[in-house]
Amino acid sequence: MKTFTIGGIHPPESKLTAGKSIVDLPLPKQAVVLLGQHIGAPAQLVVERGAVVKTGQLLAKAGGFVSANIHSPVSGKIAKIGEAVDASGYPKPAVFIDVTEDDWAEEIVRTEKLERECRLTPEEIVAKIAEAGIVGMGGACFPASVKLTPPPGKKCDLLIINAVECEPYLTADHRLMLEKGPEIVIGIRILMKALGVDRAVIGIEENKPDAIELMRHLTISYPTIEVLPLQMHYPQGGEKQLIEAVSGRQVPSGALPIDVGKVVQNVGTVYAVYEAVQKNKPLIERIVTVTGKSLKHPGNFRVRIGTPIADLIEAAGGLPDNAGKIISGGPMMGKALVGMDVPVAKGTSGVLVMDEAESVRKPAVDCIRCGKCIGACPMGLEPYLLSALAERQVWDRLEKEHIMDCIECGCCTFTCPANRPLLDYMRVGKAKVGAIIRSRKK
Amino acid sequence: MDKKLYVSMSPHIHGDDSVAKNMYRVILALVPALLVSVYAFGWPALLVTAISIASCVVFEYLITRFLMKRPNTLTDGSAVLTGLLLAFNLPSNLPWWIIVIGALVAIGMAKMSFGGLGNNIFNPALVGRVFLLISFPQQMTTWPLTRMQIAASGTDALTGATPLGLIKAGQFDQLPSAIDMLLGNTGGSLGEVAALALLIGVVYLLVTKTITWHIPVSILVTVFIFAACLHLGNPERFADPLTHLLTGGLMLGACFMATDYVTSPMAKSGQIVYGIGIGVLTVLIRSFGSYPEGVSFAILIMNAVTPIINLYCKPKRFGEPRK
Repeated sequence: MKTFTIGGIHPPESKLTAGKSIVDLPLPKQAVVLLGQHIGAPAQLVVERGAVVKTGQLLAKAGGFVSANIHSPVSGKIAKIGEAVDASGYPKPAVFIDVTEDDWAEEIVRTEKLERECRLTPEEIVAKIAEAGIVGMGGACFPASVKLTPPPGKKCDLLIINAVECEPYLTADHRLMLEKGPEIVIGIRILMKALGVDRAVIGIEENKPDAIELMRHLTISYPTIEVLPLQMHYPQGGEKQLIEAVSGRQVPSGALPIDVGKVVQNVGTVYAVYEAVQKNKPLIERIVTVTGKSLKHPGNFRVRIGTPIADLIEAAGGLPDNAGKIISGGPMMGKALVGMDVPVAKGTSGVLVMDEAESVRKPAVDCIRCGKCIGACPMGLEPYLLSALAERQVWDRLEKEHIMDCIECGCCTFTCPANRPLLDYMRVGKAKVGAIIRSRKK
Repeated sequence: MDKKLYVSMSPHIHGDDSVAKNMYRVILALVPALLVSVYAFGWPALLVTAISIASCVVFEYLITRFLMKRPNTLTDGSAVLTGLLLAFNLPSNLPWWIIVIGALVAIGMAKMSFGGLGNNIFNPALVGRVFLLISFPQQMTTWPLTRMQIAASGTDALTGATPLGLIKAGQFDQLPSAIDMLLGNTGGSLGEVAALALLIGVVYLLVTKTITWHIPVSILVTVFIFAACLHLGNPERFADPLTHLLTGGLMLGACFMATDYVTSPMAKSGQIVYGIGIGVLTVLIRSFGSYPEGVSFAILIMNAVTPIINLYCKPKRFGEPRK
């Protein structure tokens, strides 16, 4: 069975919610819609305070080519335009909408009927995806339409669907495949048409045999779509790792997947594409896994963007007394939240509540130079060295040692026997070196 | 919400490995060899080991408590491991006060003066051993016979030459057989006698991913190839490669001393360069130097080169070269 070749780890799976069907979460009383839910320029607001909006109505327009539209996930009155703390812990521009009833914009088709046919041209498909504000839903939140518009001279030869879900605990993509398989297959065919490729591969890790079997069954009449089971291996859901696992090609340092002719889209993104293209539905809700060892009713929920995390935890049985940390995302790459008011964004794949005992890091001791971080690094870097260089602020040497290749997967810190905060220091180094490189280009 | 939350950067889970777990795995891997040497040399072997470990632990405690004035690090197991490895490099009849001096040099000079575990340049146990070898050449090279040798010879002699001593003297005909060397039926330091018991320990370390194969295999293969070339060139003067592999401290050195995390290179490619260096130096010292055994010196020399190896030997980076 295939996988990527350098480094990687095998964290405990902890997929507590793999068997839990997706449940619709009730609408929040107030939705808090962040204006920066994607990589790139923030969206520009097109509504004013006091305006009444419908579900699916445009709230903010993309602020550039690499940016994304934002639509109202609920219907109601705009109570405030201000700032809300997001998953990063910083206050960011946001629209506060007091929810009334659920009144949808007329053009959105709300039936469950499967729409198989898509007669749009590739350009029209990409335009529709851009219009719907779809971003990469695996967590990176890169605008999907940008990836579907290869730069001049670059040609895509393979579409890779990321259904790896290698993060422990998370099951949102897994459940989506089991419950919305036919829609996903149509979404893949729409993306293939948009890109003009004649081959697509769905990469799924072997711990989801039911999803592998179902997707195989659903694609049986489409010989151009292959379902590829992959070994369990974190961080296989990383774009570069997945491309290597599927195609054997390593994207060069600093290059994009399209430079080796590949485009990767998350399976959640594919479903959003189906809804946008076939049902005119913008990206206003997503599947979120709410999980944790001490939660009473962990599960998978269909949640409107802008719902406070507190509502999700309430739906999963409330915050346990021994809760120590709330994480947006998975335990390897997720962000620890400063509070439960943080709203769900387009990239929120999970909410993980950790016990107090799990939340505390063990004290770090001196590096014993065992080299296990090197063995674990999927990018072939030397975390012990990068961390020490960042600690000592040797920026030029950090750049030479490829700090910018770090994908922040956390394998090094996970592995370190001395409990050193390797990735913490490397993030500092990466931010600083990144700023230096940008200032040099100016 | 009143509840205070922990906020930290990802990852939020840890693989639960620890420095102490790694150290105790190495200690456990040395137990089979310890049992063989206790059988071969009797209780004195156990006594030497106990004195060595106890002195290393006591010295580390005293130094952290009174000189460095910081919390002691005894629970990480590294002092016990240094004591055990030092004992494995000593003959079983060594007077107790020499062992204590060796422990002081290993812990005090080679380890703590650099800042403790993780910061030392040279393998502490080897520094201790070499210090003793140079300071007390007489005591350090008088090897008691094993229980099996005494039973076989029927003489009253209690000490004898090691296989490497015989090679140095050119007495190839008196060398023990390969099977004797494998099972520990030869003279030598505590941990040198039983290649097989050491190999069992190494397999355990490899299976538990405590060490990787790169260092031991590159050393053993290099010694074998280099010794074979010399032997083919002049069989009268140079011992055969199998004898090289199974005698002296090579197995102990290659598997347990050279693989010391702190003093060996970080990247796999560097570890192979390091292993080849140790292999070549070992055979050179054994064949052309004035000492019969060269593993300790070879490892210490390569310890010194390790920072340079780390500078040039990098892991294979992800990504094809850009066109």
